[in-house]
Amino acid sequence: MSAQTDLLRDSVASKQALATLVEKVLDEARSQGVSAAEADVSVGQGLSVTVRLGEVETVEHNRDKNLGLTVFFGHKSASASTSDFSAAAIRDTVRAACSIAKYTAEDECAGLADLKQLAKDPPDLDLHHPWNLSAEVATAMARECEDAARGVDRRIKNSEGATVSSYDGLEVYGNTNGFLGAIPASRQSLSCSVIAQDDAGMQRDYWYSVARDASDLQTPEQVGTIAGHRALRRLGARQPGTRETPVVYEAPVASTLLSHFVGAVRGSSLYRQASFLLDHVGKQVFSDWVRIVEQPHLPKAMGSTPFDNEGVATREHDLVTGGTLKRYVLDSYSARKLGLQTTGNAGGVHNLTIEPGERDLPALLKYMETGLLITELIGFGVNIVTGDYSRGATGFWIEKGEIQYPVEEITVAGNLKSIFTDIQAVGNDVDTRGNIRSGSILVASMTVAGN
Amino acid sequence: MTASLQKARESLLEPAGISDSELERLMGRLLSHQIDYADLYFQYRRHESWVLEEGKVKTGSHSIEQGVGVRAVSQEKTGFAYSDEIGLPPLLDAASAARAIAQQGQNAKVPVAWQGAQGLDLYAPADPLASLPDASKVKLLEDVEAEARRQDPRVKQVMANLAAVHEVIMVVRSDGVLAADVRPLVRLNVVVIVEHNGRREQGVAGGGGRCSYQYFYDKDAALGYAREAVRQALVNLEATDAPAGTMPVVLGPGWPGILLHEAIGHGLEGDFNRKGTSAFAGRIGEQVASRQCTVVDDGTLRDRRGSLNVDDEGTPTQNTVLIENGVLKQYMQDTLNARLTGLAPTGNGRRESYAHVPMPRMTNTYMLAGDYDPQEIIASVDKGIYAANFGGGQVDITSGKFVFSASEAYLIEKGKITRPIKGATLIGNGPDVLTRVSKVGNDLQLDPGVGTCGKEGQSVPVGVGQPTLGIDGLTVGGTQN
Repeated sequence: MSAQTDLLRDSVASKQALATLVEKVLDEARSQGVSAAEADVSVGQGLSVTVRLGEVETVEHNRDKNLGLTVFFGHKSASASTSDFSAAAIRDTVRAACSIAKYTAEDECAGLADLKQLAKDPPDLDLHHPWNLSAEVATAMARECEDAARGVDRRIKNSEGATVSSYDGLEVYGNTNGFLGAIPASRQSLSCSVIAQDDAGMQRDYWYSVARDASDLQTPEQVGTIAGHRALRRLGARQPGTRETPVVYEAPVASTLLSHFVGAVRGSSLYRQASFLLDHVGKQVFSDWVRIVEQPHLPKAMGSTPFDNEGVATREHDLVTGGTLKRYVLDSYSARKLGLQTTGNAGGVHNLTIEPGERDLPALLKYMETGLLITELIGFGVNIVTGDYSRGATGFWIEKGEIQYPVEEITVAGNLKSIFTDIQAVGNDVDTRGNIRSGSILVASMTVAGN
Repeated sequence: MTASLQKARESLLEPAGISDSELERLMGRLLSHQIDYADLYFQYRRHESWVLEEGKVKTGSHSIEQGVGVRAVSQEKTGFAYSDEIGLPPLLDAASAARAIAQQGQNAKVPVAWQGAQGLDLYAPADPLASLPDASKVKLLEDVEAEARRQDPRVKQVMANLAAVHEVIMVVRSDGVLAADVRPLVRLNVVVIVEHNGRREQGVAGGGGRCSYQYFYDKDAALGYAREAVRQALVNLEATDAPAGTMPVVLGPGWPGILLHEAIGHGLEGDFNRKGTSAFAGRIGEQVASRQCTVVDDGTLRDRRGSLNVDDEGTPTQNTVLIENGVLKQYMQDTLNARLTGLAPTGNGRRESYAHVPMPRMTNTYMLAGDYDPQEIIASVDKGIYAANFGGGQVDITSGKFVFSASEAYLIEKGKITRPIKGATLIGNGPDVLTRVSKVGNDLQLDPGVGTCGKEGQSVPVGVGQPTLGIDGLTVGGTQN
């Protein structure tokens, strides 16, 4: 632990230390006879404080480190990882990977990313803003946040607490093609979850703010107040009748639709023929005004990265233009399987954004007139092979463009293929907290099951 | 237990030069503040995974994790720190960080003698990774793939994954108790994609337990998963759209017991009930289910995925009756929530790893068998669905609303299963769904050993089970209105 604290104290020194470690791992791999190898070393530390009903509930100190390695013997590969950075552990870890590789099959697509794809002069994306957060300051902030939530209304009677957390990490990736790159990144967050109660029962809701830089967080009062109002407005929820209806996905849940889309155009789903969007490049998938673009270089953004998990340069490029699928989401392996080039998506997408429209959420509800506003989804009823979609939902019934009453114990169902083409509008209320950025989304028609 | 403790000392403490006097020194550091309870959780975990797709084992992976979690509890406050280095200096640092939750002073005495806990002996303390030569692991996956392809020419893709975990844990508690456990866990999973006339569907099957890889050869288990995955995928090729709305639902035996895990189980965890955030809070002694329903959480089943000799706080697991003849009897507790509510721990204190704080979690949760012949239950439904297999589920413990998603289901018309329907999510209200249970079957089955439960970002292996259940009304989330 003490060694690791030192590793993060001075970012230049820690980058050098981890880079040296990566070189050591690759050297060890070479000495055990590999034809190629890649290694990823990460260290991180953090503090997380939760206050519940005004009192400190937990103070957690996090200190993590991990070393991951993939070795190649020609076209045979295997991986291993360890949390122990000692020379003996590194030797054993390389040995474990090499031993597995003796038994894996030849796979002509296996290997490092192509040399020419690797990032040269990766940009500094301003992702590292260490926050010297003390338990005392975190406690005060969490308490202020929870107090704000509980102060919203006397019906906010209970709480799951408010949490302030800070994490500071450094990751270094290197491979035997000569690539070596470091990504220092921080993650600060503030969250609050409270319970509203009346004679009919209890309802919980939450809110959170997350940023690379603590000064970009919403204030504790803002987060708490939003959480309180969100819990309160759910009181008195009813189960509506079964029907076909237009649906608005509120921005924080709208990104889930795009995440299912990414699941269907990901290389691994495609070469396994496990997707309802096989062979769809060049075809219309969304309405003709929809543009979905990946923006990996946005400064300070939560999904930004200068290079992907294989060292491949990331860049801004469209996934969907004019509703038409322009490309898949590929790493080197799946790209080779499909006879294509990697798209810099080893490890996933980076700030995937659906271009926002003109309307804010109230205007979007007016535009819908009558239908369902979904604010929370639960369950896993999404089949990427067929596109069949059926999930539990909570939200509000809308008439004349206004919220009428909260609804619960319902499902929304359809097929993603038609849900995508049925998207009629995207709001300007973009939620930028995650890797996928979306405003609220209006879908023309879905089946809502209730009583 | 004595053997496990010996093994834990040898593999966790001795290499780091930690003897009883160092443990006392660590406890002394923790208990120099006003701490009611403290523990150290030493863990060593080795994991391997082998992956087959497109007819060959393309890759494998191996990982080692080890470390120590240090926890100090004062009333409702928990201070927690961990170290991935097992050694005295980092542990003293972690102890200083954890005890800072409370003021200086002394609430508890440092133990003068350590006492071994009386744990169970539910599985062999052997390393499952070493239970089969690597070449045989590869061959097993190739055989699974061949078996799947042999079933039907419409099988287009077979993906199979074989994994094992060897884990040694040791708990050192401020009340002087030492507990250890050596836990094996194996798992084999098969996904099959079939294609016919341009339509593609998938089927998923698998299983495992706390045993060696031999499990997959006994009773033809591994090849059985291959056949089962193909069968499910072919059924889905014929499936038509599922209905939408509230209707009678019959759940098959075994894995559909995920109903109990979501609808009842989470809501009966001690933390949520102490805090009053569960829809079941304050309802002990009330009728929350039909009189036919008795539900238990049982961590003592031999070789099962959800079983433990001792939980992650060193408490032996037990068979806890949650609901008896429809009446809510008790909650599942870890030591913190048991102490704060004046109840006994139930052996449900679990954590994902040394880097996570323990909390009340389920082990194997199931409903006992009732009186009805399963066929009779189906025959009693005029129009509804029969759900035989499920994917995952989720619950909002505060509102009580839960979902679970069927992956193999059929229409019941006039008491007969007529045709397969597409998977759909079922949604209900935990506190009243079991009151609508009209018939409990006599065919109790436990799941094949596939469950993983997530709570507050922590995953742990669990089991579920139930007999065939007839439920009068549950909302089915299909598309046919």
